[in-house]
Amino acid sequence: MTQAEIRGEAPGADYTFAYLDEQTKRMIRRALLKALAVPGYQVPFASREMPMPYGWGTGGVQVSAAVLTPEDTLKVIDQGADDTTNAVSIRKFFQKTAGIAVTEHTGEATVIQTRHRIPEAPLTEGQILVYQVPIPEPLRFLEPRETETRRMHALEEYGLMHVKLYEDIARHGEIATAYAYPVKIEGRYVMDPSPIPKFDNPKLRMAAIQLFGAGREQRIYALPPYTEVVSLDFEDHPFVPGKAEGACALCGSETSYLDEVIVDDRGGRMFVCSDTDYCAGRRAAGYRGEMAAEEGGA
Amino acid sequence: MRAGAFRAEAPVAPILSVRGLTKRYGGRVGCEDVGFDLYPGEVMGIVGESGSGKSTLLNCLAGHLRPDAGEVLFDLGKDGMRDTLALSEPERRRLARTDWAFVHQNPRDGLRMTVSAGGNVGERLMAVGARNYGAIRASALDWLGRVEIAADRIDDRPAAFSGGMQQRLQIARNLVTGPRLVFMDEPTGGLDVSVQARLLDLLRGLVRDMGLSAVIVTHDLAVVRLLAHRLMVMKGGRVVETGLTDQVLDDPQHGYTQLLVSSVLQV
Ligand SMILES: Nc1ncnc2c1ncn2[C@@H]1O[C@H](COP(=O)(O)OP(=O)(O)OP(=O)(O)O)[C@@H](O)[C@H]1O
Ligand SMILES: [Mg+2]
Ligand SMILES: [Zn+2]
Repeated sequence: MTQAEIRGEAPGADYTFAYLDEQTKRMIRRALLKALAVPGYQVPFASREMPMPYGWGTGGVQVSAAVLTPEDTLKVIDQGADDTTNAVSIRKFFQKTAGIAVTEHTGEATVIQTRHRIPEAPLTEGQILVYQVPIPEPLRFLEPRETETRRMHALEEYGLMHVKLYEDIARHGEIATAYAYPVKIEGRYVMDPSPIPKFDNPKLRMAAIQLFGAGREQRIYALPPYTEVVSLDFEDHPFVPGKAEGACALCGSETSYLDEVIVDDRGGRMFVCSDTDYCAGRRAAGYRGEMAAEEGGA
Repeated sequence: MRAGAFRAEAPVAPILSVRGLTKRYGGRVGCEDVGFDLYPGEVMGIVGESGSGKSTLLNCLAGHLRPDAGEVLFDLGKDGMRDTLALSEPERRRLARTDWAFVHQNPRDGLRMTVSAGGNVGERLMAVGARNYGAIRASALDWLGRVEIAADRIDDRPAAFSGGMQQRLQIARNLVTGPRLVFMDEPTGGLDVSVQARLLDLLRGLVRDMGLSAVIVTHDLAVVRLLAHRLMVMKGGRVVETGLTDQVLDDPQHGYTQLLVSSVLQV
């Protein structure tokens, strides 16, 4: 065994395993354990400089770096897709610094780092879903003072969260919040689930561990498996996750979250699954959407 | 009608009982050894020149400032008289958004400027658990009406309101949960004279109709003349004279009060 291997570093690499030094990873793991022990509570951590800009999910990357082991298989998605610039570069980053296996298949991954989506396929026990979080504080919108929002969390003073929903209804006739829809965790902490569509909110109660990392804001929070997650609402304006407005043009799915894509320069458009792996899996299993024939014939 | 013609009947227990309240800022006196009882439905006026300790006293009473000594006993109903200074922070904050209300001189300190008028009024209801949008909105409309703000302004932000409207909105926002005790710091300060008169009239009606107890700080003797049943005159942090409003204003005993009253008469 080489010294590098004994230290847990990828053989031959110039980096510590998964880029961060062991001390930093220990610090992040302590924050993660605390976050798991108090679901929905934002734990401060000393965010490190990462070799990428903040908007690229440095919080999620640090959390992934702290939980990855050499045996892990990593999947990275951005808006549900494995092949966007952001997802590709984060995946490459960990291939290079950790030498780990990567996959695009949700079912094969042990760690999934995500931005803006929860995979369609139900996650299972033993998997870890890591979210990139831009703004961890759900109360920030109406109360910019950090000292005050902390006190509100401590004292469970969450009336303000409903003021935000009230304003929505007053202005738009319904709760117009479509992303980062606030949730209450185990009847205690109000949490921002990161900018996932509210469509994904019902999936937040799941078998996998969910870890949330905000790099610029230096906060980590978490949901252990099967944590109770309730989307905030009013009795007479109940939470509606919304449903697909059509079927995926490629795989025909009527239950998955769809993205609208422009297909030509004449304004032609179609709706396809935002979860590229889910869509490919369905097509591989023989499901076809209305545009799939063209695709097959090409 | 003068406010002073009150409290002739049988004695009742006070709603607020203050003893030996003292607050210093380093070496400087904020307020010193202040004590009084406030009875249900009674309005206590606190007057005195600038720097005499009025705001310090009010903020100590309302739990915004921690006094160095003294007691602030409040009638918690089934729990009897409790020293609010000994309550835990959650208990005190709960009190502040249920049984108590605080009207700031500057409406910007008491309103959420980025939230609609309806949201401002509804906030306290939601803070105590209201979860029916229709009911919250109906309460907000009712309260806007009571403070004479047109129903069609319910979705406007306070930034679009005049100073007088903002102050009336602040009052509605505070009273919507039916508090029993209201603290007010110069509620008419900074407003035009005609706007002040209308606001005072409104406040007097609300205090009477809701049977509110109130402590109102002002340097404007016309305000206390209209609103306060009793008066405390402060100087250098201490209470130098106290009594029924008309009595104190018409027949001041302390030299300082005499000066205060005569200087107002000259204005
Ligand atoms: N935060 C503070 N730090 C130090 N001294 C203070 C502070 N606040 C008030 N004081 C002092 O305490 C005394 C009482 O001030 P306070 O603000 O209570 O007076 P006031 O009667 O409300 O005056 P005004 O009519 O001008 O509002 C003054 O001498 C004031 O300078
Ligand atoms: Mg003052
Ligand atoms: Zn599809």
